[in-house]
Amino acid sequence: MTPVKHNAGWVIAVSFVVALMLTLMPLPEWARIIRPQWVTMVLIYWCMALPGRIGVGWGWGMGLLLDVVNGSVLGQHALSLTLIAYVVTMLYQRLRLFPQSQQAILVALFIFMQLLISLWIKGATDAAPHRWSYWLTAISTALLWPWIFMLLRDLRRRFQVT
Amino acid sequence: MVLSLVIMFMDHRQHHLETIRSGLSILIYPLQYVVNIPSRVTQWADTSISTHNTLVDENRALKAKLFEQETRLLKFASLESENQRLRELLQSASRGWERVQIAELLSVDLDPFRRQMILNKGSNDGLFEGQPLLDAHGVMGQVIRVTPFNSTAMLITDPSHAIPVQVNRNGLRAIALGTGAANELDIPHIPNNADIVVGDLLISSGMGQRFPPDYPVAEIVSIERDPREPFAKITARPTARLEQAREVLLVWPQQRAEAAPQAATAPQAATTPQAAAATLPAAALKPVAPQPVAAPKPAAAPQPAAAPHPVTRGVNP
Repeated sequence: MTPVKHNAGWVIAVSFVVALMLTLMPLPEWARIIRPQWVTMVLIYWCMALPGRIGVGWGWGMGLLLDVVNGSVLGQHALSLTLIAYVVTMLYQRLRLFPQSQQAILVALFIFMQLLISLWIKGATDAAPHRWSYWLTAISTALLWPWIFMLLRDLRRRFQVT
Repeated sequence: MVLSLVIMFMDHRQHHLETIRSGLSILIYPLQYVVNIPSRVTQWADTSISTHNTLVDENRALKAKLFEQETRLLKFASLESENQRLRELLQSASRGWERVQIAELLSVDLDPFRRQMILNKGSNDGLFEGQPLLDAHGVMGQVIRVTPFNSTAMLITDPSHAIPVQVNRNGLRAIALGTGAANELDIPHIPNNADIVVGDLLISSGMGQRFPPDYPVAEIVSIERDPREPFAKITARPTARLEQAREVLLVWPQQRAEAAPQAATAPQAATTPQAAAATLPAAALKPVAPQPVAAPKPAAAPQPAAAPHPVTRGVNP
């Protein structure tokens, strides 16, 4: 097997940095609850588009950074993002064929999985939030998915990221 | 996966990974800085574009306030020395000056279901874990994580935070738990027949050895007494402006401030408050500290030990 030549890796890095910044961005109180999971979304996209390049390792690393950013227990997001990256790299061929509405539903499912894992970990380590609004990010992320998908796809084509 | 489980365990149980976390947070720091820029720009624009008239008005209001506060301080000095003398008579430990410093909040959002925030000062400025945090109206929270350049603070409304308090009117002791809601504290384990009413001021009792005593913490807003339940359901609202603050006051408890070498002169000087105030900049000696502010205790001025009815509520405007 010939080694695949990677190029324009900085586009991937920049997209992750922007996602982290959006995660940190101050928002009014009502919007904080529905803040989409930017990093997860970007990770899902790159795992789907370039499964040979972005995978479980990136998921773990970005999860660790997200833990530091969020101030959560080190490893909480690392665990959930690793799982998501694994599932997406397993299913990327099917995911690519889905229409965008169906993709969005799957993204909501992924985010739900992430939130569930986070909830368990928070419950085991310290106080878990017990409010229904905790799950709203799954919906907001799914609603934003088509736009993010198109944006990142255009970026990938423009800069020919492989 | 196994690695992340191991990491989680190590982080939560043994705190081995603080070095990794602080290393990574230095990596994150530029991001936080960049995200913070818009709000700093708007702040700057706000001050530099405002008109002459508003500035004059603000200046006048501030001067009036300063005058009022200074008049109150006149009494504070004599009360302070009286308190000191009485304490010497009783041979109890003195509560001298505490070293304080102002830190700014970075406008950066963390987990919306926790109540935490990032400060722009870190271990380079002498911050330490567990350090209490105040604003002009009361206790805000404590520092939970320190890196060289910035630190994370937990507010008293965080669901995993608890602060020992007492009712200012009668000294009834309680614990105020955070709920995760923006402006709500829960006071559990108060019997139905306890002497506590809506509007009571809760002050920090200093029992946990972490928060300095006698600072206002919260005000009781509702009490539900259900005869079937052993305890009343009490909620309180923090007096500190937790969601609006841009600057916070960091407090170094006296032992910590004195633990530093040059502060050895502070105790005997502290018998006269003026002298103590004069030596304060020398006592507040961490080299990086830009302006050790000799701010008085914001609200609850210490009463003479034997005052029958401490009316701190009147002092807090």
